[in-house]
Amino acid sequence: MGGKPKLYYFDGRGKMEPIRWLLAAAGVEFDEEFLETREQYEKLLQDGDLLFQQVPMVEIDGMKMVQSRAILRYIAAKYNLYGKDLKEQALIDMYVEGTTDLMGLILMYPFLSSEDKKKQLATFVEKATKRYFPVYEKVLKDHGQDFLVGNQFSWADIHLLEAILMVEEKACDTLSEFPHLQAFKAKISNIPTIKKFLEPGSQRKPVPDDRYVETVRRVFQAYHDVKAT
Amino acid sequence: MSGKPKLTYFKGRGRMESIRWLLAGAGVEFDEKFLETKEQYLELIKGGHLLFDQVPLVEMDGLKLVQTKAILNYIAGKYNLHGKDLKERAQIDMYVEGTMDLMGMFLMYPFSPPEQREAQLASIIEKATTRYLPVYEKALKQHGQKFLVGDHFSWADVQLIEAILMLEEKKCDILAQFPQLQAFKARACNIPTIKKFLQPGSPRKPPPDEAYVATVKKILSLG
Repeated sequence: MGGKPKLYYFDGRGKMEPIRWLLAAAGVEFDEEFLETREQYEKLLQDGDLLFQQVPMVEIDGMKMVQSRAILRYIAAKYNLYGKDLKEQALIDMYVEGTTDLMGLILMYPFLSSEDKKKQLATFVEKATKRYFPVYEKVLKDHGQDFLVGNQFSWADIHLLEAILMVEEKACDTLSEFPHLQAFKAKISNIPTIKKFLEPGSQRKPVPDDRYVETVRRVFQAYHDVKAT
Repeated sequence: MSGKPKLTYFKGRGRMESIRWLLAGAGVEFDEKFLETKEQYLELIKGGHLLFDQVPLVEMDGLKLVQTKAILNYIAGKYNLHGKDLKERAQIDMYVEGTMDLMGMFLMYPFSPPEQREAQLASIIEKATTRYLPVYEKALKQHGQKFLVGDHFSWADVQLIEAILMLEEKKCDILAQFPQLQAFKARACNIPTIKKFLQPGSPRKPPPDEAYVATVKKILSLG
């Protein structure tokens, strides 16, 4: 099936950002349709385009895919970023689930009340430096290879870089205790497709701002503060 | 690598139950180690067995697998319950992510304060009947086949039957408006491996009770 994948989401990171990263890293160009109004969302619902009434939704290879993990796995497998066998896939899955949990801590952050924001930020940085980064640091140290799994660039590397940059946006020196992650960050950032994605003008989205929060609230008609995790 | 998979978790459903279902559905026998004390848990962490200091842990084929979705993915792949190609896999993945979102709502339910539970349950039932069950009902109606994807038994079917039974425990007539799902349920419960898992004495765990909640809270030092 020809044609670029088309991403349906807000003009912001949220749950779509790892998908943008993965496509970009795989060197795959994609189009985006940004949800700005409630009417657009309702139309998608009415047209039956959203299997569980939710976004992200990605039109790819004749499918209207939903559920970010399903989408990510499909892309990873299609573009050979999912290991060479089931065991490598399992390692990649474990690592990605870890970085997903980590990035999940900051996902709702823009929607929290101000007092909850402070606490959540502290939790995010603490979990990054105490639970997650030490794991990836050790993996890289133990095998001494450039990439997390199977001595080959994979989804796990892309996801980890995304997580590292996200943590650094909140606490710029979090990698100070992790020399292998520092080297990893430098190496992966220099991979041509990633380098391109990190340049201004790419489809990478900025840190969520008030406009983003407002748009999401308006489209979902969700005006309450979210509870912190 | 010979030997049965070994599951380490609390003696209850939680995040391990879907893994028990999938192994059972695949006809794979497994052993279980139940966490009863905080000391056992700390020992696992000290011994470096838990990649992110969390359970579930499943030891199989020389791997110490953690992260529920990674574990399920591995089992589905290994036992041919993940579709015959990438597109079937994508369809199965979408369906199981849906059922996992739904069953995920049950995870925190026993840990909520009693006064919040009624409202939470109502929300779960509402989401089940308006967002999730209609999707599976429609899928079965549209292709008229016995299984959700590709006309063969897959991870998606195992998850769906697990979710249906979990919902029925809370609302026995939840399938009243879903004739296809009723038929699906009857068929699925008669699949030999599933039928066996549904019999008393199987590793299937009962709904969480206060003792289970207390154990988990103690071991994980939750409030």
